[in-house]
Amino acid sequence: MTTPAARRGHGPSRRAVLSAGIAVGGGLLVGVPLAAPVLSKDGPAGFAPNAFVRIARNGTVTLTMPYVEMGQGTYTAVPMLIAEELEVPLAAVTLEHAPADDMLYRNPIMGAQETDGSLSMRAAWEPMRRAGATARTMLVAAAAAEWRVDAAECRAAEGFVVHDRTRRRIAYGDLAERAATLPVPQQVTLKDASAFTLIGRPQKRLDSADKINGTAIFGMDVRLPGMKIAAVMASPVLGGRIASLDDREARRVTGVREIIRLDDAVAVVADHWAAAKKALDTLAVTWDDGPNAGFSTARLKGELDAASQRDGVVGDEAGDEAGAFAGAARRAEAIYRLPLLAHAAMEPLNCTVHLHGGRCDVWVGTQAASRAQAAAAAAAGLPQDLVAIHNQYLGGSFGRRAETDNIVQAVSIARRLDHPVKVVWSREEDTQHDFYRPAYHNTLRAGLDRDGRVTSWFHRVVGPSPLARWLPPAVQNGLDPDAVTSATGPYQFPNRHVDYVRHEEHAFRSGFWRGVGTTHNVFVVESFIDELAMASGTDPLEFRRRHLRDDPRLRAVLDLAAEKSGWSKPLPPGSGRGISLLQDFGGTILAQVAEVSVEDSGSLRVDRVTAVVDCGKLVNPDTVIAQIQGGVIFGLSAALYGQITFSEGRVEQGNFDSYAAVRMNEAPRVAVHLIESGAMPFGVGESGTSGIAPAVANAVYAAIGKRIRQLPITSDM
Amino acid sequence: MPYRLTINGETREVDADGDTPLLWALRDILGMTGTKFGCGAGLCGCCTVHVDGVATRACQTPIDSVGTAGIVTVEGVDRTDAGRRVQQAWIDLEVVQCGYCQPGQIMSAAALLAGNPEPSDAEIDEAMSGNLCRCGTYSRIRDAIRRAARLAKPAMETAQ
Repeated sequence: MTTPAARRGHGPSRRAVLSAGIAVGGGLLVGVPLAAPVLSKDGPAGFAPNAFVRIARNGTVTLTMPYVEMGQGTYTAVPMLIAEELEVPLAAVTLEHAPADDMLYRNPIMGAQETDGSLSMRAAWEPMRRAGATARTMLVAAAAAEWRVDAAECRAAEGFVVHDRTRRRIAYGDLAERAATLPVPQQVTLKDASAFTLIGRPQKRLDSADKINGTAIFGMDVRLPGMKIAAVMASPVLGGRIASLDDREARRVTGVREIIRLDDAVAVVADHWAAAKKALDTLAVTWDDGPNAGFSTARLKGELDAASQRDGVVGDEAGDEAGAFAGAARRAEAIYRLPLLAHAAMEPLNCTVHLHGGRCDVWVGTQAASRAQAAAAAAAGLPQDLVAIHNQYLGGSFGRRAETDNIVQAVSIARRLDHPVKVVWSREEDTQHDFYRPAYHNTLRAGLDRDGRVTSWFHRVVGPSPLARWLPPAVQNGLDPDAVTSATGPYQFPNRHVDYVRHEEHAFRSGFWRGVGTTHNVFVVESFIDELAMASGTDPLEFRRRHLRDDPRLRAVLDLAAEKSGWSKPLPPGSGRGISLLQDFGGTILAQVAEVSVEDSGSLRVDRVTAVVDCGKLVNPDTVIAQIQGGVIFGLSAALYGQITFSEGRVEQGNFDSYAAVRMNEAPRVAVHLIESGAMPFGVGESGTSGIAPAVANAVYAAIGKRIRQLPITSDM
Repeated sequence: MPYRLTINGETREVDADGDTPLLWALRDILGMTGTKFGCGAGLCGCCTVHVDGVATRACQTPIDSVGTAGIVTVEGVDRTDAGRRVQQAWIDLEVVQCGYCQPGQIMSAAALLAGNPEPSDAEIDEAMSGNLCRCGTYSRIRDAIRRAARLAKPAMETAQ
């Protein structure tokens, strides 16, 4: 099978490269306001485009994608929304990556052009269907005018407008120009869910064909005439500077063109990356390490521990937590610690830049195109409108490609060159210069009554605030809502206190990582809940059930997880089952049951994972399953192995030998069961990752009685 | 002196130092970007190609070591029976997510099936555990390899 894009010989990525900047030709251009209406430069007068549907005279339906494809399937699910309402086969839709433009392409929930937060389906759900419905309504009106019949007598189907009574039909392409002259309807009727033919039915991914034959273009694969390739080495200590550089040997390497010294990094530009890297490795660099030279993981732990003694900003409070705890029949207290994590996407960071004629062109896979544009403009010393971002497929990202540091670096290098340059980081550079998922310190305490019910819950989160850097207005009165999200889980505790102590470090950069605050807090909350269940002698699943918020969806997910996992069936000695439950990402509920076995040697194997997810309305069900399966594996890598450590200011991990990820021989089968509810989809890209660590940690306890309070699990066994 | 390499049945010249890894000769000199860079250390499998039918990490293969051996990359793997079946199974089971590691996965899987038409789970693990996938598509890869193996059976051939 090949996708239409492959058959026509232009996958979306290459097409975006080739067509960037080319004005829209003839045909119907439909934009739909996602937020405040703005006037289109290209569209019909007075129309307010944002998400674009373009129907060419030849019938080609093109969707300009404001959301980027990094594996999560948005390049299929979003076109499904359009095609559903437009009444065209999904295979008829061709995609282009959107250029950077917050006005046209912002995610209406984030207010900027970002693909993150498991938000795309929620953000696209109504606007994209309305975009399709608007186009369809205008095409029907055009056909009705052509035929001089009432539009109500016409219907749209499979790319045609049909007039059943006279058995006539006209293809969309033949109607496009006439439709473009019609007024844009302010109100359109969206299809009832019962009439959906695409939404909710598994559709093949549109990007698969190009990704299995090597023709899909990632940022790494961009090629331009006259382009050279650069390898870089930044200061191993954040804030360090080059003190001296001897590049005599490097200059003798065949194919080396330039050696560029920046304040905090050195780049070798060559004909190919192998020459650049070979020369880079011969450089004799001495670094002035600067103020972070003495930083270490031990110091970080000490500082977080000390910060945890401070009172935090209250994130959630009810009743009298302190009083209830003091008077509880049974009390439990625990400290939970989470390490720094790297993103380690398979595609190392890279960025291609060409500065020419007072303009700057940037080819990069980015989650945040408008931020990339602003950063590149600042680095280039150009106004933003002279910087074009040509977005590409992302070879994984998990939050890393929302940042712009490597784009700024690549522009700084390109400023010294009169030809395009692709700057490619080594795997080690990628691991050691990341924006790390913060390390968190968590203080938990809870009281139980004689019946084993939780009467009080205290959770103090200590860590930095990536959100305060990313979106300052979101942090009000010192409270980072992401840091305390899910800090009481999906439970109802009568007396509770959640607070947040912000503690920033300057020796490394922290950022968003798949699952953001939820990933961190779900581990803590679902582990501690398990402790309380054990303390009260109650089955952990039943214990959770007793404390759930009053929401039938939560109970349904938990009950199905019990059934599908065979929760009550006994396991052999040395094996155990653990559960986690979460509700986040707009409303998604996910239960995971992990089965593990621990050998006498202490080696841990995750044998099987059963997941039950209710993410609201299903759009592309198999993609939901794939996201949970993949998210579980991503989270399992972190749960078992993930940790970045520092010594003398330097990251101690480099390649996949020291920053390990789960491999096929360690990967459990993940059975995913779907429950559909409601009329609106919620996020699924991050939930699988968030729930796996506690499920495994709780299973370890069930297997061998060892409570894991620090990740990675292998560091605490 | 340029090296002459046989890639997907064609002779290509590469003018570079002999210690240049095949990966970069393919990607940066010949413009064949289907073979991916992931680690540069033989740890992730993204750069897997076939050298005389053997799955080989191109990032660890200097061009002066290849000689007259036949190189097959993801761009040419559909010319082999096993490669076609693997690609078909990948589509059938919706293996792909971000897709960056998949050329390497497909090359490893095609080499496995070419030499071992009905691999056991342990043999699949052995052949595939050098290929990392951060999106976590492993169980679908395993199922797709099994499916590709079944596609080879005579009954399936006639059904095609």
